[in-house]
Amino acid sequence: METEVKNTTSAGAATMAQKVETPPSERQTATPEVKMSASDLNLWYGDTQALHDINLDMYAREVTALIGPSGCGKSTFLRCLNRMNDLIPQVHIKGNVMLEGEDIYDPSVDVVQLRTFVGMVFQKPNPFPKSIYENIAYAPRLHGTGTSRSELDDLVESSLKRAGLWNEVADRLDTPGTELSGGQQQRLCIARAIAVNPEVILMDEPASALDPLATATVEELIHELKDNYTIVIVTHNLQQAARVAGYTAFFHMGRIVEVNDTDTLFTNPKEQRTEDYITGRFG
Amino acid sequence: MQRRLTGSANDPLIRARYRRESRFKAYSITALFVAFAIIVAFFTDIISQGYSAFWRAEIEVTLDYNERAERIGRFAIPEDLREIVSRGAVRSIPLQIRNNPALAGTSRTEWVPVYSRIDQYLKGKEELPPALVRQVDELKAAGVIRTTFNWAFFTSGDSKLPELAGIFSAAVGSLLVLAVTLVFAFPIGVMSAIYLEEFAPDNKLTQAIEVNINNLAAVPSIIFGLLGLAVFINTFGVPRSSALVGGLTLGLMTLPIIIISTRAALRAVPDPIRLGAFAMGCSRWQVVRDHVLPLSLPGILTGTIIGLAQAMGETAPLIIVGMIAYIPEAPTSIFESATVLPAQVFTWASEPRKAFVEKTAAGIIVLLAILLTLNATAVFLRRKFERRW
Repeated sequence: METEVKNTTSAGAATMAQKVETPPSERQTATPEVKMSASDLNLWYGDTQALHDINLDMYAREVTALIGPSGCGKSTFLRCLNRMNDLIPQVHIKGNVMLEGEDIYDPSVDVVQLRTFVGMVFQKPNPFPKSIYENIAYAPRLHGTGTSRSELDDLVESSLKRAGLWNEVADRLDTPGTELSGGQQQRLCIARAIAVNPEVILMDEPASALDPLATATVEELIHELKDNYTIVIVTHNLQQAARVAGYTAFFHMGRIVEVNDTDTLFTNPKEQRTEDYITGRFG
Repeated sequence: MQRRLTGSANDPLIRARYRRESRFKAYSITALFVAFAIIVAFFTDIISQGYSAFWRAEIEVTLDYNERAERIGRFAIPEDLREIVSRGAVRSIPLQIRNNPALAGTSRTEWVPVYSRIDQYLKGKEELPPALVRQVDELKAAGVIRTTFNWAFFTSGDSKLPELAGIFSAAVGSLLVLAVTLVFAFPIGVMSAIYLEEFAPDNKLTQAIEVNINNLAAVPSIIFGLLGLAVFINTFGVPRSSALVGGLTLGLMTLPIIIISTRAALRAVPDPIRLGAFAMGCSRWQVVRDHVLPLSLPGILTGTIIGLAQAMGETAPLIIVGMIAYIPEAPTSIFESATVLPAQVFTWASEPRKAFVEKTAAGIIVLLAILLTLNATAVFLRRKFERRW
């Protein structure tokens, strides 16, 4: 674990300067392994149906982007994957979501446990109003995965390194996380999610509140995280989807219109609506 | 060139608009001025009436512990000064001699308070017979009568003699009552608010509870006094007039205020903080304990302090539960009869003797000072810990 972290970080430092962009199509050689999959997922807010028969496979160690116009249900779908929708009263769900063969909506599933496997990063950076150290150490301490001070120190360091934030904050771990810049805050939130050691990371428009430079940094980070985590990202920015995602699903009116590897979807969409959307004719 | 931007002076519509604006502004300034003038008048009146109570006249007399003084203290005072020395100062002389027989037959010189009417005369507030006026003026000129800071006002309890009456027992009573109120209302209020805000489902029942709590905050305080009388005294047999029953009654009154302000403080914590915590696998209680409560604590404390300040100034419900008693000795427990500052002010205000007028005003000054301090603490807490997310 420790060596793996070190490797990632040194690789991360190298890629920080020159942006490496491997076209997703070149990477898809073997049949990818399905990490999460939704089947016939329907969701209602009260009487209004927000998701219709969603079927989507999300592959391990790949980035799956969810795109579509506002209100199309992509964020709602994302929140189904770690059951954040449970927090909204009146939400009613039918269908199932599998995490490696386990139905996460099974009554026996513990939501708290599920969320340690499926982490989440939000649109607006939301670091806790605690120190940078505490932001990261909080969840491991809570879940008992890090107990001693030295264990936590290591975990904080490795998480920050994976999030590419270590060099910027190593000397001020005691300052409040809220005092960092927007982009740094978002990477802190990513580091915080990593510290729980999840298998899947959900990102809800993680860069939409950031300036272009910070966005680029976060995108690079997503690119690196892909090697170890399954990432599902909601984005309004089509270029971003094209840059970071191996697979892209196009949502419209609560349905998946088309899903394919990103290259094909963007260059050769099968559906007229997809083409209209990605060429900017609506949405 | 045609000037299009400078013609407003001739445009009746624009001029009328400006006139309306300045008229409205004049009204609001007048309203502000009236409000400010009332406050200034109130404070000036209270302070000018009350400040003299913080001083009192004392007289230097030679106390002669003779045989007759063993039974009646007045005989220890030189005959010509008996009109001037406070009765309260000589009352204890027989007891002193009994407790310390060595005193008998000796004499010593001491500063003792003067009779309240003399004190009032020296402060220019009361007339005296001409003979007495002459005597007092001579004594003052000779330095036998002096004016000192009235510590006794802060260290002694109520008395039937104005020159000896102080606010100490009422202040202790207020403190005990507030302590009971805090211990009773704070945990119940905060816990209810946390449940309603963070845990409760949004259904008809919780909505009904919410409406009722809001209504409760608007119920006249005297109703709470009746409730306290019926429930605490009649049903549970809590001692009447005690700080316990007063505190519980005020606790009932403060409860809705604490619940409402706590809920507002909890609601002010941004949702992304909660979502972030949930997304890390926090249970609801962990979210509340580790993230929501620390952020809302200043708001909760502010609301509680304001609720307590309101309870502290409350008189009506306490009169109903008997806390308007004459309490010369400060209570030592919450089960003893006690009175509170506003009730003490009320008692003094209904005294016919002139010397109690300044006591009343001084009591109000002390009460206001404490309330202002409490409110300032609340403001300070809010400023210091405000929004750090």
